[in-house]
Amino acid sequence: MKPIESARGNRKEREKYASRNLWTGILFGLGLVAFIDEVVFHQLLHWHHFYDKSTKDIGLVSDGLFHAFSWFATIASSFMLADLHGRHAFWLSQWLGGILLGGGVFQLYDGIIQHKLMRLHQIRYNVDIRPYDWAWNVIAALMIVAGLILILRTRHVRTHAEGADS
Amino acid sequence: MMVPYPTGGIGSFNTQHNHGARSDTAFFSFAVDWAWLLIILACIGVYTAAALITSRQHRTWPLHRYLSWTAGVLCVMLSVTGPLARSSHLSFQSHMLVHLLLGMLAPILIAYAKPVTLLLRTLPVTSARKLSRLLRSKVVHAFVHPWLAAIWNIGGMWLLYTTDLFHLMHQYRLLYAVFHFHLFAAGYLFTISILYIDLTSRRHSFRNRAVTLIIAAAGHSILSKAIYAYPPAGVPREAAEQGGMLMYYGGGAVELVLMFALCAQWFRSASPSPRSKKVLPRSDIT
Repeated sequence: MKPIESARGNRKEREKYASRNLWTGILFGLGLVAFIDEVVFHQLLHWHHFYDKSTKDIGLVSDGLFHAFSWFATIASSFMLADLHGRHAFWLSQWLGGILLGGGVFQLYDGIIQHKLMRLHQIRYNVDIRPYDWAWNVIAALMIVAGLILILRTRHVRTHAEGADS
Repeated sequence: MMVPYPTGGIGSFNTQHNHGARSDTAFFSFAVDWAWLLIILACIGVYTAAALITSRQHRTWPLHRYLSWTAGVLCVMLSVTGPLARSSHLSFQSHMLVHLLLGMLAPILIAYAKPVTLLLRTLPVTSARKLSRLLRSKVVHAFVHPWLAAIWNIGGMWLLYTTDLFHLMHQYRLLYAVFHFHLFAAGYLFTISILYIDLTSRRHSFRNRAVTLIIAAAGHSILSKAIYAYPPAGVPREAAEQGGMLMYYGGGAVELVLMFALCAQWFRSASPSPRSKKVLPRSDIT
């Protein structure tokens, strides 16, 4: 059996599939944030509502599309992850960077466009909503920044490695 | 909790006794129940006999397909006859359960039973050839095109729940039958246009089917929230809210199965590892 995580053995494969690693992470991150939103905030805490009367119709459309897409993204990215492992091309930092970036972008979209502009639902009801909104969006922004740093660092490693090869 | 429709009053769709001439009290009669039971038993019997007989000449028909067929046909039975079908005429939640069973779950189970493959290997060669020529015709290709199947499926539901059709359906027996047939047929066409389980003469790309499935699933969940927010004519608010949530979560569960099966097919065809190649779909006819 071939070693799966030997850096030398699979470096070529990893670089060949670098962008697939990134997209696998982005899709998984989007699905993960949607899953946490659904399970923790809707079902466990009951902070979010299925529908609140101030929702605009465009909010229903946006929610439906993201709901369907996030489920598909979670499943598809899991199969993509298995496929990358099968090709000995899995790249952890590229994938993690993708998760943080995809999850952060979706959370920021949810927090600003869906919650505030489309008034899909609020994070919590009958409380001062401002600290919740700030925490939600700042966490999203931090995830995006952390994701970008990880991705750019792996890119730096890639160009550095290419330079050493030639 | 069941919230029955108020019978009679303005706004209720169950107003048969206000229209003497059009009354349809025999929506579910004893004789009709027996007829359905016989049809259902015949469906299971014919399928089983065909599979057993052809298994002597061809590859043995696997057990899970018999089970899948039986389960699918039983889902149809629950939706058209018996207590659930009766209560679906009065309660919106039961109507929604019928919608999920007949339009979503039964089609997947029946598709996994590969009825077209079985039919082709049961028929005599000349008729089988004629049938396969028909399946390759342009009309059939158009019907199982993912986009058209999705429009047919989701569009039909939008029409039903956002217009007076839902109200009318419960007053005219023919309309009721046509809609329920449409629900199953559109669900089945959609399922086989997305998932190539049974024989498929024209294949569309994975990307095309994935995008169609996502948009159709989105259409379904938007509609279920719209039902929650704006109850269909004659449906009390509480019933619409519960029915809408049932449609949202129940439909979501079935869509998850479809998405999983579609991605698993992609994985098997894309993966370079020899282990996954072994489970590529095989022909059961030759």
